Amino acid sequence: MATYNLTINKKKYTVDVDPDMPLLWVIRDFAELTGTKYGCGIAECGACTVHLGDMAIRSCVLPVAGVGDKEITTIEGLSENGDHPVQVAWKELDVPQCGYCQAGQIMATVALLKQKPHPTDEDINDSMTNICRCCSYTRIRKAIKLASEKVTGQVLG
Amino acid sequence: MENRSVNGLKRRDFIKISALTGGGIMLGFSWIGCSSGKGKPVTLNAYIKIDADGKITIMAPNPEDGQGVKTSLPMIVAEELDVDWSQVHIEQAGLDTKKYHRQVAGGSGSVKASWDPFRKAGATARQMMINAAAALWAVSPDKCYTANGMVLLKDSEKKVAYGALTTRAAKMPVPKNITLQNSGTFRLIGKRIPSVDNQAIVTGSYKYGIDTKRKGMLYAAMVRPPAFGQTLKSFNDIEAQKSPGVEKIIRIGDKIAVFGRSIWEVMQGAKKIQAEWQSDVLLESTSDYLNNFKALLIKGPDDDPKRQDGDIKKAFSKPGIRTFEAWYEAPFIAHNCMEPMNFFADVRSDGVELYGPTQNPESICHKTAKLLGIPEDKITVMMTRMGGGFGRRLMFDFVEEAVLASKAVGAPVNLIWTREDDMGGGYYRPMCSYQYKAAVDANNNLIAWHNNSVGVTGNASRPNNFPAGAVPNLQVDAQDYKSPVTTAPWRGPIHNFIAFAEQTFMDEIAHGIKKDPVAFRLELLEQAKKKPVGKVDYDPDRYAAVIQKTAEMAGWGKPKDKGIYQGIGAYYCFDTYITQIAEVLKQDNGKIKIKKIYCAVDCGILINHSGAENEVEGGIIDGIGNALYAEITLTKGKPDQANFNHYRMIKMIEVPEIEVQFIKSNEHPTGLGEPPLPPAGPAVANAVFAATGVRLRTQPFIKSGLFD
Repeated sequence: MATYNLTINKKKYTVDVDPDMPLLWVIRDFAELTGTKYGCGIAECGACTVHLGDMAIRSCVLPVAGVGDKEITTIEGLSENGDHPVQVAWKELDVPQCGYCQAGQIMATVALLKQKPHPTDEDINDSMTNICRCCSYTRIRKAIKLASEKVTGQVLG
Repeated sequence: MENRSVNGLKRRDFIKISALTGGGIMLGFSWIGCSSGKGKPVTLNAYIKIDADGKITIMAPNPEDGQGVKTSLPMIVAEELDVDWSQVHIEQAGLDTKKYHRQVAGGSGSVKASWDPFRKAGATARQMMINAAAALWAVSPDKCYTANGMVLLKDSEKKVAYGALTTRAAKMPVPKNITLQNSGTFRLIGKRIPSVDNQAIVTGSYKYGIDTKRKGMLYAAMVRPPAFGQTLKSFNDIEAQKSPGVEKIIRIGDKIAVFGRSIWEVMQGAKKIQAEWQSDVLLESTSDYLNNFKALLIKGPDDDPKRQDGDIKKAFSKPGIRTFEAWYEAPFIAHNCMEPMNFFADVRSDGVELYGPTQNPESICHKTAKLLGIPEDKITVMMTRMGGGFGRRLMFDFVEEAVLASKAVGAPVNLIWTREDDMGGGYYRPMCSYQYKAAVDANNNLIAWHNNSVGVTGNASRPNNFPAGAVPNLQVDAQDYKSPVTTAPWRGPIHNFIAFAEQTFMDEIAHGIKKDPVAFRLELLEQAKKKPVGKVDYDPDRYAAVIQKTAEMAGWGKPKDKGIYQGIGAYYCFDTYITQIAEVLKQDNGKIKIKKIYCAVDCGILINHSGAENEVEGGIIDGIGNALYAEITLTKGKPDQANFNHYRMIKMIEVPEIEVQFIKSNEHPTGLGEPPLPPAGPAVANAVFAATGVRLRTQPFIKSGLFD
């Protein structure tokens, strides 16, 4: 066991856990932020996607010891009231079916749009590798494009 | 078309009114006398709460697994109640067999079964508001009308909100005669209404079952036999006991429960248990199943056929006929709900609380009562939105584990499966094999059809499937293969594969007799309409209309760009008609890329356009993904795949363009959870044949080498 000081959604947390415990479980069970989901535990599905700095990472395979002093952002930290442009696009296009993977999909999209504000279909294919078991992919793609308009509109406007 | 009165509620029918604390009324609707398919009377219930402050709450009694019923069913009530959707709050109801009917997510049946009772619930409440306003104004009720949660007086400025009428309405008799809204002027039904949980989902605040945490609760992980058919001989938990965060380890039957303070820690603890397993049954591998299935199909069934029209023996021995034969193999596949199985149970001396993701709350209540030997009224069941269901959450096993674990440890427990537990065990879609034979006469008429089936399931066939009804000599046989592998319904049970077998076999016959596959199907449907043979489940006209619509959308038969080919899958199940035409590109390297799916749907009256379209698009992609990639193989009873690194799931890059159209209809609405999936596989396979001349007869298609 060891003590770690983490910054999650701009809030400080001190946790005393096994150094091998993946960040996902620290976020869920110790910071008690359950919006980040467990899907596979081997970085295949992306349900656990959070941001480490500006990077989207799969938190189920990152040991808490490897986090360092980078800030962590989870779905709960994306906006106060769900009004981040990506969240708004998700609601406008009614993307979720069961909804379980969507926090990860949204976090992956936010990171993509930071890198590529106007992603092409190829960019979306290459970067959006999260699994949606309900297969809401058609709407996810549309929502990424809508969010892109909203994000760039805001930047320009 | 409707605007009809609903009269004649029998004397035993009743509508309960109870005053809520702080004013307001709750209407509980119970119709006895609506008949089920078997002619037995069933009780149908719904709940509406109207607070004195005007807040309107509509209960959503059905389990939500992403199919959209938490939104679409309350829409039906809101339409009839004549309230503005933005005024309405939706509340998930727990299991209550006295108040509600059919609280199950299965068989694509929620919308179909709820349409009439939910409409009547809304319309009765609306009439009560009218009657209360009429009494208030001392006028006849027919001088009053409603709009957006208000009662208004004709030719006057007078109006009153529902909330202000509740106290008065609660004291008045419940109206016997009610008027339903005219389906031609629906304001809400048929519109695009976003899911009521979207805000909670996109902010991460929605609490799924896996997120359940209570005071004094322990997490539990379970060590289970690694192969189907094994039992626990002995185990050593010395290392596991020392594992951080592990508080207790208890053997429960052939499983070992590990309890602790956090999910990861109990999962780690479970990994450290050294168990010895034994088996007194034969542990079979995939090749054993395939060989045994084939032998059984050749031998033929001992039981009577599932369906028999005419005489296939005679028909197949007629001179001058041409015969077709093909064999198909369906692998075991996993449900792979994104939210792994989990359940919360608190077994106390005074009762049991069950809380979590289930498609089947009534059944888990019943089974828990039996398991613990307690009455059902000592058990409460509350459903969370499920992170996927697909049939897996119709099962009791994971609830049973949570119940037994809570009882054994004497504390509330949230029992959580790892992905490996979930994919590498539990329940699968049954493995099945099929032999199809058909005969056409000298005039190219389909005169005989034989479906010979076997699988790890009671009935691997769907005997009344088209072309049954259109063929004079038809026989369907099915054999059950006993296996320790536990199988469960999987989105469109049996349909999910048999659609592929039937629709590609039909394509094979059409090509064999040089008939256009669309025209061939339409001719058979015409046959079923004019000269039906035996029982005909489907409406040939509706079936044909959906095929024609899809063909029109896809430009079927018209010249296409170089390398573009099309194939059709036209299927009917759970009272819904869906046709899909797949458009594929044969690339220069010979590999196939799926470019587009055209799809027309007849599900009767469309309730929520947005939810329905989402369900259809998802079902198509799910159908393609599973046909292309999905397979669980077994080596001596042990699954060879246990996580997504060895079990391919369809991802964004493989998803084709999809175009969906719904047939405008006034027919009774039907479900969409399952019907969109089955036609996708055959549509793709038939397009592959058009492009390459290769007939796909087993899944997953990826094994053909034709896909990347």
